[in-house]
This record gives sequence, C-alpha cells and structure tokens, in this order.
Amino acid sequence: MSIVGTRVVRVEDEKLITTGGTYIEDLREEALTGAVHAMFVRSPIAHARITSIDTSEALAAPGVVAVYTAEDIDLAPGAAGPVAEPWLADGVVRYVGQPVALVLTQERYQLADAAELVDVDYEPLDAVASIDAALSDETVIFPEHGSNLMQEHGHEFDDNAFADCEVVITETIVNQRVAPAPLEVRGAACVWGEDGRLTFWPSTQNPQMARTIIAAGLGVGEESVHVITPDVGGGFGAKIGADPDAVVIAWASRKAGRAVRWSETRSENMTAMTHGRAQQNTVTVGGRRDGTILAFRLDIVQDAGAYPRTLFLPTLTELMASGVYHFPKVEARSRGVVTNTTPISAYRGAGRPEATAAIERAMDLFAAEIGMDPAEVRKVNFIRPDEFPYQTPTGAVYDTGEYAQALDKVLENAGYTELRAEQARRRDSGDPVALGLGLATYVEITGGDGGGESGRVDIHADGSVTAYTGSSPHGQGLDTTLAMLLSDQLGVPMDRITVRHGDTDEVPKGVGTFGSRSLQLGGSAVRQAADEVIERAKQVAAELLEASTDDMELNAEAGMWQVRGAPSSRTVTWAQVAEKAGEGQLSADVWFDKGTPTFPFGAHLAVVEVDTLTGKVVLRRLVALDDAGPVVNPVTFTGQRHGGLGQGAAQALLEVMNYDADGNPTTATLADYSFITATELPDFELLDMATPTDRNLLGVKGIGEAATIGSTPAVHNAVVDALSHLGVKHIDMPTTPMRVWQALARVREAD
Amino acid sequence: MRVTIEINGRTVTDEVEDRTLLVHFVRENAGLTATNIGCDTTSCGACTVLLDGESVKSCTVLAAQADGHKVTTLEGLSGPDGEQHPLQRSFREQHGLQCGFCTPGMIMASASLLAHNPKPTRDEVREGLEGNLCRCTGYHNIVSAVIEASGQEVDR
Repeated sequence: MSIVGTRVVRVEDEKLITTGGTYIEDLREEALTGAVHAMFVRSPIAHARITSIDTSEALAAPGVVAVYTAEDIDLAPGAAGPVAEPWLADGVVRYVGQPVALVLTQERYQLADAAELVDVDYEPLDAVASIDAALSDETVIFPEHGSNLMQEHGHEFDDNAFADCEVVITETIVNQRVAPAPLEVRGAACVWGEDGRLTFWPSTQNPQMARTIIAAGLGVGEESVHVITPDVGGGFGAKIGADPDAVVIAWASRKAGRAVRWSETRSENMTAMTHGRAQQNTVTVGGRRDGTILAFRLDIVQDAGAYPRTLFLPTLTELMASGVYHFPKVEARSRGVVTNTTPISAYRGAGRPEATAAIERAMDLFAAEIGMDPAEVRKVNFIRPDEFPYQTPTGAVYDTGEYAQALDKVLENAGYTELRAEQARRRDSGDPVALGLGLATYVEITGGDGGGESGRVDIHADGSVTAYTGSSPHGQGLDTTLAMLLSDQLGVPMDRITVRHGDTDEVPKGVGTFGSRSLQLGGSAVRQAADEVIERAKQVAAELLEASTDDMELNAEAGMWQVRGAPSSRTVTWAQVAEKAGEGQLSADVWFDKGTPTFPFGAHLAVVEVDTLTGKVVLRRLVALDDAGPVVNPVTFTGQRHGGLGQGAAQALLEVMNYDADGNPTTATLADYSFITATELPDFELLDMATPTDRNLLGVKGIGEAATIGSTPAVHNAVVDALSHLGVKHIDMPTTPMRVWQALARVREAD
Repeated sequence: MRVTIEINGRTVTDEVEDRTLLVHFVRENAGLTATNIGCDTTSCGACTVLLDGESVKSCTVLAAQADGHKVTTLEGLSGPDGEQHPLQRSFREQHGLQCGFCTPGMIMASASLLAHNPKPTRDEVREGLEGNLCRCTGYHNIVSAVIEASGQEVDR
C-alpha cells in the first residue's frame, strides 16, 4: 500500500519535543564564540525630523563596542520602491519602530542600558495615521514624491456598470491591520570569515532570497554570502527574505570586525516587523431579486505603511476579487498609500484574504437585502464545474473547482437547516444570546509567484537517500511530506531518506516557502529529480541483471529493480544499483520550472453566539472543507488547516494593530494585542474533498493559507448574522465586545 | 551574586547579575536552550518551566528567586533511560506542534495542568493553557495531545 495519503507523524518532531529546536538564539556555533550583541534604537515618534543624535554617553557605557547611526553607513540606498528606505533613519523618522541607531555591546544585559543612552532629538511633524488622512494629502510624508499615493492599478470604473440591476448595495469594509507575530521574533547571527566571506544565520522563510538581499545590500557578490537557516519559529509571510535590519546587522559585523548576535524584543517586533492586511475596501454589488448578481466592483485602498515594500498585495486582491462566482461584470482597482505606520507586507494569505473578505461580506449584504438565504445566493452565482479552466474578468485562470459540492457538504454535515431553525426559535423567544451563522466559500491562489523550485535527489551506495529542496519549511512538516513522496516513488523506507534545506552552500538555488508553494513546486521538483535518478538507475540495473533497459522496472512496493513481467526472477536492490553506478552517479539536480499557480477552494461555516447585552462573541463551531487536491500526509494537512482556521478566526474576532491619531501604536505588546488563546477557539470540524489539478506533477494545490482565507469572513459573517434581526447590517473586524455593543447601541438609537 | 539551582537533577552554580532572569540562567548558565523566550510581558508562556513542580514563566522569575530550588525544563522531562514522557509522545502523535517554538513551554504547562487535574475535559485543557500562546496549530491538536497524555480517548 502506498504511504502517500496515510497518516505519518512528523520526522521533525523528535528533537523539538526532547531538547527543543535550534532557533537563532540557540546557536552555539564555535564561530559565534565571543559574538557581540546588537540592539536597534528605534523611533518612539511616528513622524519627526531628527535634529541631533548624541552617542557619546552611550559609547561610554559599560560593555559598549560601537554605536552606529545613518552617517556611519557606507552602503548604497536599499532596494528601490517608489521611495527609498534608509538602512538607519536619515534626517526624518516615518514610523514608530523605525531603526535610528544600532548599539553593539559585549553582554546581552548591557544592550538596553546603552540603547537608552543614545540621545536623539526629534522635532515632531504632523503624522498621517490612517488611510483617509493619507488620501487627503494634507500632510505629504515624502514631499519629493508629491503625494501619499504610491500606486494606482486596475480597471476604470464604468458609470453604467450597475444600470441593469434591480438591487445595488455598497459598503466600505475595513480589513484591519494585524501583526503576524510569530512566536520567535526576528533575529540573526553572523560572522565574517578571514576569506572575506559572510556566514549569516537568519530567521527566514527563504535562505536564497535572504542571500540575494543581503549581498545586494552590502554591495558584494552572492558567492560572498553563505546563509544558513536554523529552525524557524514561525513566519506567516513576515519572514520572507530579509528585512533591512538584517543587512544592517551584517554590515555592522563587518564594520566592527566582530561576530554579532541580534534578537529583537517582542515589543520591538510588534512595531518593527511588517504588519499584514490593512486595506479599506469599498464593495458594490448589484443584481436581480432572484439572487443573480450582474455586476461587482471592488475599490481597494492599501495602507502600505511608511515605506511601501509590497505593493503587489493590493493587485493580488484585485486578481482574486470575484472569488468563486461567475459575475458578468467585475471591476477592481487598487490604490496604495503611505502612512506614518509600520510597513505592511505579506501575512498568511497576502492579498487573497482581503479579496475573499470583501466578496464574502458582499454576498451576505446582497442576500440580506433581497431576503434570500446566503447559501442560496452563493449557489445561484457559483462558477460551474464544466466552466473550468475559468478565466475571471480580473485575469486569474482557475484550474479546477467544485464549489457547489463543497458548500453542500458543509451545509449538510453542519446541520444548516436545523441551525437556522434554532436561530429562529431563539429570536422568537427573545433570547438575549443570539445565534449567528456565517458562510464563506472561497478560492485561493497557491504558488502564485509563478516561479519554479529546485530539487535534488542522491542515492548513496548503501541505498539511503538524501534529498535537497529549495523550499524552506518553518513548521509545515515538509521534511516528512517530501520523504513520504520519495519513499512512495523509490520504494525506500522513510527512515532511509533525509531531506535537507536551508543552507545556501548546500542548496544554492531556491525560492523558499511562501504563498503555499512548497509542496506543489518543491514537491514536484523532488519528484522530477527522482524520476531522472530512476531513469539512470534503470540502465545500471539492466547491466546487473543482464537484461534490456526497456525491460527494467522498479518495484516501488518492494524497493527492488526487476525484469518486467518476470517478478519471480532475480532482483537487485537500490544499494546494489548505487554501488555499481558509483558514488555520486545516481544523483539528479533539477529545476521544476512549470510554476503554474493552482487554485484551492473550500467552504466554511461558523456558528457564533453573541450576547446582545454585553456584546461578547463566542465562536461555537467552525466547520471547514478545504480542497487542495490529493493529500500527501493527512497529519500535516490537517495541522495547516487548524492553524489557518485559528489565525483567520483571530482576525475576525480579536486581533488588530491599533494606532492613535498621532501614529502611536496602542497595541505594541502581547499584553495589549489580543493574540487569540486556546479558550477563544472551538474544536474544529473538518470535512474532506480532493479535486486534483493538472498543473504540476503531483496534482496537488497548496494548503498553507487556505483555511485562514475562508475562516475570517465565515466568522465575520456569523457575527453580523447573529445581529441581523436587530437591524445590524455590518460591523468592521475585529468584532470585539465593544464593537458589537456599539453597533447595537447605534441601531437602538436609530429606532 | 552567586546562585545555585538544581536543574533537571543537576546542580548548577554560577555568578550572575542580580537582575538575571531565570530563563537566561537556564539558557546561558546551564546551557539548556529548549526553554524559549517569546515576549517581554509574560504573555506568551514559551519560557514555562517547573519550579519545585509548579509551572512558572521563567521570564518573570529572577534567578536569585530560584536559588536553592529545583527547576525542570523540557530536557529533564524524559526518564533517565531516555524514555519519553507521555506528553512528549502525545504531542508528536497528535501533531500538537508545528514550528515547535511554543512547544517546550506548552508541554511544561501541560505537565503542571495534568498534575493538578489528571483527567481534564477539553474545555479544562483550553482554560489551563490560556497563558501559553501558539501561532501555528489553532490549539486543537494541543488539546488532543493533553487529552491523550491523560490516558483518555481522543475524539478526533
């Protein structure tokens, strides 16, 4: 029986549950002996002119090795976006948390003492702390740019787009700023060798990309940078590549001639690591009273933060604007603006959750207006299975989908009809605790970067296997998944297969892990490499068995080579074949270049109870079907879904990164930021379906972000649904008790 | 000041600053790096260890306060023969970890939870682990892992 598709516990876990992993702070490499510690001095003000920096007192403090400011930095400006981001603030600071100076000390405990002594004089400037303030251009953050508007993209809106509609609904939906907040904060360690080569250990999702960024930042060739990624304590999109801080650390190490260790504090992380989401989206949806939607418009404004690093996010939202629906007319446009807040970048889903949140709220708003059940409105408008491949009006080409079937399975298994009946009973009896049902049907894009991935497979003389992947897992369990694929393909037991990644000398080419790309691209690369190895082995086995190459076959069940049609005759093992071939001969190093995106989909139903007296929301149930094609390992597949459901629900219920009108963050520690805990989440109820794709060698789609994308609007819709009979039509996320209570108070006042 | 702490059955004595936190003593002076630091507000629980058998967040305890006391970390949880603790086995079996950063603290908090409530319900596990944050798992499988370690049937 094939191991693929069966439940296999992770090979990664052994050390994690005994001695713990080796994260950045755990590195005890000899080369790091005597390393100095680094801490950034960060701006406490959102927008200000730096009038002076006095480092003399800090330099005199115990253990201080160096204090660097912008004027010490002899690097070319960083990567060019619409506006350049300085390595250390140069003349002006533009968000709370922006690095202004770097302190190096002998001992860890000397860092904070010394950093406090760096005396920076700030002359405050007006802060731009919201999208509306940015759009007004009353204060322009980059005067040389002339406006806070950094990007415009997408459709011209047609004045007559909704002319044929019986019903037109418009709503502005805030997709709030959230903090990715991986449990391990950002950090790095590095040392320059006598050969002038840098060894750099970052906490990153892609070592090769980190190498490229660091080498470019330092102005050295990529061959001069060796990146090694130890265990990574979570990334969620925010550890893609390397932040400018990492380049400064590498530069400081060279400048000081010392090995350097850097680990930010959690409070720093909350303001200095990029945030996610932060869109303000206006949806307009129009159609007929029978539920048919004729036109959909999405007007996206992305708050890019102080330095726009990732303006692809709003364009991805445009691309996925119309979701799982076949609408005759779809218009989407986006604008990206700068504000005096922490820069925005990828966070689990990166652009797609925002699209799904908008369209799925719009479907419910439309359903409520025409008095139709939200499930029925969705069914009327789904793209049908016979329409695939389906090109959306905004340019995405979906591979395969069974949207109606997914929704039906969720409704049936969750007992949707009974839940609606219970809701009606509660409403009739005047129960102050209201029941809410929220649906989201979604499609998402995985491997959306369209790039490829590297894969290498070596079969050693003892028959054991080493595989190398350019993907860079950080909790996803890809080592286990790839070993399962290879075990299945080669007939070699799991414990004879080692998967390696994360070292750029060992795996020079790679793209890494983001956008749920690793299995479909990294897995396909390893599959392709193994295919090549099998072809070579076939010739060697034929020599050993004195048979024709064409007659050789691999019995993957037994892990033996045999003559086709004569299984009872002589066989040879992988070890025999590898021995005969000679060390290094059964090896293939490939680049899987068919990086076509795939489109996982699903349907989620959330059930909430809302106390209409206090506003408290309790998430009772989350029923989720996520279809990402065939499943390699149900253990990790389920784990990714659970994690996504938890993070998605967190955005709907609790999490928000808040700033006051002056741009001061008010949720800058985990004590203030409402990180979701075990008590706020239910046991998840998962349903399975597997619709393969034809776009890669494995037929698989990505699962890393899917559940995040579906769960947020499902939970959000459930909260609004709970209050719909009281006249509430919309509440922005997070649906905290205060927000709910205020929405109810507004309705009562209006009555 | 001089501090002596018995960590996982081994006596560690060292000279430290008065302000040294227990978590740093464990990691730097005793060289046991499983215990992680995830925040600076005692909110995340990644640094949870047992102090005389009770779970504490070791970022909120001074090394000096633990002077003369016994500390158990994840590394000390396996038996002397290397046999894993039921929680270590169940976290693996139930896929109660992904990136693994919260795991040492999560397992130590779970050990304390089970010591006080050997047969908890799923809701009681959720309440008991409220002080430990995980960003990867959505907690579902962590709850299952604790239930399995308690010898109860896990209803997946």
